[in-house]
Amino acid sequence: MGIKIGNAPFKERIQEGISNDFMRGAVSSAQGRMRTGRLTAAEELGDWEDWRVLGEEIRSHTLTNLDYYLQQLSDQVVKRGGKVFFAQTAEEANEYVQNVIKQKNAKKIVKSKSMVTEEIGLNAAIEQAGAEVIETDLGEWILQLDDHDPPSHIVTPALHKNKEQIRDTFAEKKGYDKSSKPEELAAFAREQLREDFLTADVGITGCNFAVAESGAVTLVTNEGNARLATSLPDTQISVMGMERIVPTWEDLDIVVSLLTRAAVGQKLTSYVTAITGTRLEEEVDGPEDYHLVIVDNGRSNILGTEFQSALHCIRCAACINVCPVYRHVGGHSYGSIYPGPIGAVLTPLLDGYDNHKELPYASTLCAACTEACPVRIPLHEHLIRHREIIVEKENKAPASEKLMMEGFAKWGSHPAAYKLSAKMARTALKPWTKDEKITNGPGPLKGWTDVRDFPAPSKQSFRAWFKSREKGGNK
Amino acid sequence: MKVSLFITCLCDVMASDVGKDTVEILERFGCEVDFPEAQTCCGQPAYNSGHVTKAKESMKQMIRAFQYSEYVVGPSGSCVAMLHEYAHLFKDDPEFAKPAQELANKSYEITQFLVDVLGIEDVGATFNAKVTYHRSCHMTRLLGVKDAPYRLLNNVKGLEFVELPMCEDCCGFGGTFAVKNSAISEQMVKEKSEHVTETGAEYLIGADMGCMMNIGGRLSRDGKPVEAIHITKVLNSI
Repeated sequence: MGIKIGNAPFKERIQEGISNDFMRGAVSSAQGRMRTGRLTAAEELGDWEDWRVLGEEIRSHTLTNLDYYLQQLSDQVVKRGGKVFFAQTAEEANEYVQNVIKQKNAKKIVKSKSMVTEEIGLNAAIEQAGAEVIETDLGEWILQLDDHDPPSHIVTPALHKNKEQIRDTFAEKKGYDKSSKPEELAAFAREQLREDFLTADVGITGCNFAVAESGAVTLVTNEGNARLATSLPDTQISVMGMERIVPTWEDLDIVVSLLTRAAVGQKLTSYVTAITGTRLEEEVDGPEDYHLVIVDNGRSNILGTEFQSALHCIRCAACINVCPVYRHVGGHSYGSIYPGPIGAVLTPLLDGYDNHKELPYASTLCAACTEACPVRIPLHEHLIRHREIIVEKENKAPASEKLMMEGFAKWGSHPAAYKLSAKMARTALKPWTKDEKITNGPGPLKGWTDVRDFPAPSKQSFRAWFKSREKGGNK
Repeated sequence: MKVSLFITCLCDVMASDVGKDTVEILERFGCEVDFPEAQTCCGQPAYNSGHVTKAKESMKQMIRAFQYSEYVVGPSGSCVAMLHEYAHLFKDDPEFAKPAQELANKSYEITQFLVDVLGIEDVGATFNAKVTYHRSCHMTRLLGVKDAPYRLLNNVKGLEFVELPMCEDCCGFGGTFAVKNSAISEQMVKEKSEHVTETGAEYLIGADMGCMMNIGGRLSRDGKPVEAIHITKVLNSI
């Protein structure tokens, strides 16, 4: 896979999302739960706005001094017996992992949930290297079994599926013969996955936050799969986006507190796992061999630009959970493994505008995302900046839109022209007006009247009324 | 107190009654209202679509139109929030930086002006009906005006108020979004108008005509017996 999912054009993807009733039912009920959860957890914590400011400061400080903290992290990992590889591209990262697998002659790989490995398409690379890779996060495992269905949400990847669909997938792919009760489904997955954990040669994880001062990679999970993936196999690989770093354990405390609350409304997840290098002489656990792969893949191009704060993202999905557009179209409609508002901001930055130029427009700019973000990323403002670049730098606006905006600029800067149009509007729309409304409008109005009525312009414009009133007319 | 009315292009052409009500409310509380004729549009349709250079032509016209005003008051949270944004957009412009900042400082949305500047929470209106209220996104999140409309409505006699379910969700208007992404917009406005209908209200009140035209247009299309009206209509019912 990679960051881009599917080849269908934007409008088709949207239509497919809108007509998928199962998905929409699942998404809206999940959104409801997660929204309430986040608000309750924030209220319990108290001073939520102060916490957000603190979170923003930590992320902003880290990104501004990223070179320093990456060096510190790298030094600490090496000091603790690990190997560090800086991958500039997805290919370099994949190749490094492939080489480790080949050197170890590894046949089975267990993996805990990781968005960056989705982004670089690691699973396909591992299979190419002749090994089997098993996703051990329940959601990811379901998707993997279901013919590599892509994730539709960055925290709960199988959000678009209901339990009946999951039962069918288990039955078809694994011979499951029980009910669609979540407990039975989970017990089955647990039994299947336990065997894989015990026989795996290599464990691969992502990274929620790496702690620079100690070289620890921390993982936030609810299922405990990351703990098994990082304690059983003797070879461990962690893959992280280069921005996913905090300076100290104190900082980690703040960002994890924000993450678990903003993501799922929990004070803390069931597990917060920290892996720090290899098993040293005096230690009883830890892997023999540990690799940290730090992935750039376009991130350093964002550093120092007006979009830098997009790298502050802690992948909590709060913006996705409050987004009314996501609610109706679902994650796959975005055509990126990063959906929702953060996906619409990040995807064009990482993968260019050519395949993703519609994404910044898939928002009403309602700013619910900006309000929800626990590290105060001005998401809706980034969307406007993207639009500006698409129009003014990339020159990708449709010709009809450009023409209309030319007209707008003249209209808006010439009061006489504006006044005339205000006077003429009612007459101009008269052919389409019936009973003071327009139900089948011409030109650009059509998009409007296809789904709702448009009122007839006022009989007298306001400015005409005000003028006659000043003259002592119709007060 | 001298107040210049910022009518907004939408109300000027499509809903002139909103302007009339706004003028009458302001005058009732002793404001001397003028209407700078050189005003046009705040530039938002072009700005939010990415045509920033084009938008700025209209914005400059607005800055010029209101340069001598003491207060600028408009019946739209979204358009006033746009005026506030000028300060940032023109900060490096030698000619417009200062007047843009001044315009941002002196611009208010009507309910915000009544409550925060004039200190009025009871306008003495009576409106005998069951109503619900749509809190527009730009008004609440960009301009930061959340309580003012509720406070004013609370003091309107005869009003039976029902909270709108999922009131924090966008109605799907989004300016050019409603046309450019009409398939998504339709789903959003459909859900919103269903929530409005659920309340059993006779009127949906809002402080932004964009949202009101969107939800009202959908209610009308579905033949629902709910009328979408601007809050000034209620506040001017005496």
